[in-house]
Amino acid sequence: MKEPSTLKDELEFWRWSEYHRIAPNKKWTNKDIITAGVDVGSVGSKAAIMVNGEAYSWVITRTGSSSPESATKALNWALEGTGLKVSDLKYIVGTGYGRVNVPMANKAITEIACHAKGANYIWGPNVRTVLDVGGQDIKAIRSDEKGRVVSFLMNDKCAAGTGRGMEVFADLMKIPIEEIGEISLNVDEEPEPVSCTCVAFAKTEAMGLLRKGWSKEKVLAAYTRAMAVRMANLINRVGLEKELVITGGQSKNIGIVSRIEVVLGVKCLPMPNWRENGLDPMIAGALGAALFAKALYEKTQET
Amino acid sequence: MITVGMDLGTQRVKAVVLKDNIIISRGIAFSGFDPAKAAEEAVNQALNELQLQLFDVAYFVATGSAMDMAPYVNSTVSMMGADAEAGVFLFPSARTIIDVGAEEARAVKCDDKALMVDFVVNERCAAGAGTFIEAMARALEVKLEEIGPLSLKAERASPINASCVIFGESDVVSLIHRQESKPEIARAVFDAMADRISSMVHRLGVNPDVVLVGGVAKDVGFVASLKRKLGVNVLIPDFPEYAGALGAALIATRRAKEGQK
Repeated sequence: MKEPSTLKDELEFWRWSEYHRIAPNKKWTNKDIITAGVDVGSVGSKAAIMVNGEAYSWVITRTGSSSPESATKALNWALEGTGLKVSDLKYIVGTGYGRVNVPMANKAITEIACHAKGANYIWGPNVRTVLDVGGQDIKAIRSDEKGRVVSFLMNDKCAAGTGRGMEVFADLMKIPIEEIGEISLNVDEEPEPVSCTCVAFAKTEAMGLLRKGWSKEKVLAAYTRAMAVRMANLINRVGLEKELVITGGQSKNIGIVSRIEVVLGVKCLPMPNWRENGLDPMIAGALGAALFAKALYEKTQET
Repeated sequence: MITVGMDLGTQRVKAVVLKDNIIISRGIAFSGFDPAKAAEEAVNQALNELQLQLFDVAYFVATGSAMDMAPYVNSTVSMMGADAEAGVFLFPSARTIIDVGAEEARAVKCDDKALMVDFVVNERCAAGAGTFIEAMARALEVKLEEIGPLSLKAERASPINASCVIFGESDVVSLIHRQESKPEIARAVFDAMADRISSMVHRLGVNPDVVLVGGVAKDVGFVASLKRKLGVNVLIPDFPEYAGALGAALIATRRAKEGQK
């Protein structure tokens, strides 16, 4: 028999919730334009099915070692309970890190375009700057009132600021990733940030601080602050224009979001009620892809 | 005249004892969380070997990232200054000295009098330092001293994301699951790191002769990759990890003499 404490050591603290929702009170008929977006990220795979450009069914699941399998798994899960089959989907757009490996997609579009489009759908036409914090990269995107990309900057060479970096810290601190944000805010005074340029160095620093007797809350505050500084720098380099929103997994990390707001001196648009209405910033890319799919389908009908 | 150089690195503290500019002993200790104590340990270890006492030492110079915490010290010297001094002392033809340590990599350009002309540093990213090799050896489940020789068995390198320690670790784990060959993964690790160091050195200009020092210079895998990437021969002294301490000790001798004048 293992002691409970040992069991706790073996928990996967990086693991975040996978889920599927179908919008309540929404129906579809054969006359509707039903499209899908599949966003295969390096860490999470997302699928969104839209009926006439409205979110209908959506899924977030972990990306496995194969992009095509992850895409298929996400889309099949999104179809579950809807009565829809893949053949009912008029057009499918693939996006994300693994977008060229989405077997059922009619077209692949970059996640930068899809996130700008998706953020415009979620928050409306006032969005001008989108920070997308993905599993293995962070992107700062400037967009116009239609959700079209004006310019962007990205860091995809380094784990600092990415979701993967946060997962590493969740495991190091033995705190479930979804609780890190709240816990990091549980400090009397904001400590000095740790190294903001390298997760490997930040880990060493964090272990040193723990040995020095810092609480986990304080260490997490110092790490979260460092990552927020990193993200804020990227936003400043692309040029911050209000309104600012955050998409991707870290949009749900209140420790990150509130610190970015402090560093930049602006408020992000409030988080939508994503649990209910499907406007989950983590699926912004898939929503954007499904919207592109609708536009592309309509184009095929014109000719 | 007895002088001592101390190099308080992020991972280890090294000490070199010189008598009239001839190396007579060395000491080493883990930095841990008290680099000052580690420096005392390294210095005393080197002195004890010769049954010397602290008061026999005419002058102490410290260098390294924790040089401000050094004990016994008369003065300090920058890591780049120490590298140039040691590089030209060990190889009079040296004009470019590359120092790859646990958490930092540097390249120093100098003249025939060991005066520094220019330098570049990577201190922001673990993918260009010894930490990267350690993390990858852990992911490959081989000992640190085994990964170098292992990489030499490969004809080619596996495709891995080697721009970042964190991404590299996950990549190596999935490659092992796919039963890719370990030597090829190891080769990819060194190629990526050598790429990073070589592009850093190119910003400075590759001025022969090129000397490689620092703890990572002991890794045959890294040395092979670096030679390939730089396309020039790379000279490596015995005990390359003591170069910083040696440079500091040489400067100690000079400063002690200046003080006597």
